[in-house]
Amino acid sequence: MSGTVTILYFAALRERVGRGREVVPFGDMPTVRALLEARRREDAGFNDAFSGPGQVRVAVNKVLADFSTPLHAGDEVAFFPPMTGG
Amino acid sequence: MSGSSLRTAAVPRVRVQDDPFDIAAEMECLRQASVLVGGIGSFIGVVRGGGGLVALSLEHYPGMCERILTDLATEATERFDLCGCTVIHRVGRLLVGEPIVLVLAAAAHRAAALDATRFLIDRLKTGAPFWKSEEFDDGRCHWVESRAVDEEAAAGW
Repeated sequence: MSGTVTILYFAALRERVGRGREVVPFGDMPTVRALLEARRREDAGFNDAFSGPGQVRVAVNKVLADFSTPLHAGDEVAFFPPMTGG
Repeated sequence: MSGSSLRTAAVPRVRVQDDPFDIAAEMECLRQASVLVGGIGSFIGVVRGGGGLVALSLEHYPGMCERILTDLATEATERFDLCGCTVIHRVGRLLVGEPIVLVLAAAAHRAAALDATRFLIDRLKTGAPFWKSEEFDDGRCHWVESRAVDEEAAAGW
């Protein structure tokens, strides 16, 4: 499988991960959960950043999603804490 | 509920911006949206001080934020038979006392205008990708945690 996936991080999660955006190869990552597991294996810092999984929200292509949402090459995946607008 | 006002409903006015908004101008714009306007509900969120808070910094997810606000405004227009509505949310660093968010809902009657206003602000707080960071006078900064009471208010609609 060729292509890439763009990952965005916002707010406290961006600070914990240490970056706001990265582009990774789209390998064997059929779901958001698989993408996250792959990132964890490559970067030990991810375990700390995502230590409260219930407190992490995800969007795929700017639409709220969940960890079982399928991914495709070219997708934009965003991870962020619960929203606090208004 | 007649369908006539739905057909004349203005396209919701949704913006995410750094700059302050002109409340009177926005209200006037909505008042003129339709001859069927009988009332306008309004909510203005303001940076609340106390406890040494100096400012809030608001971060958002560009693109997704505008889309979700537009979807919410469209849902409110249909559900409450609005003549029009306006949602303006500021981002960036805002000092204590500065307005953060403006929600206006115009309808034929007050119940719909007021209900729609509350629906929009309740759903926006936990459903649109904004995040607040608090800045204190001793230099501390921290991210605002989401509150169960806000989640419950949003779920109530």
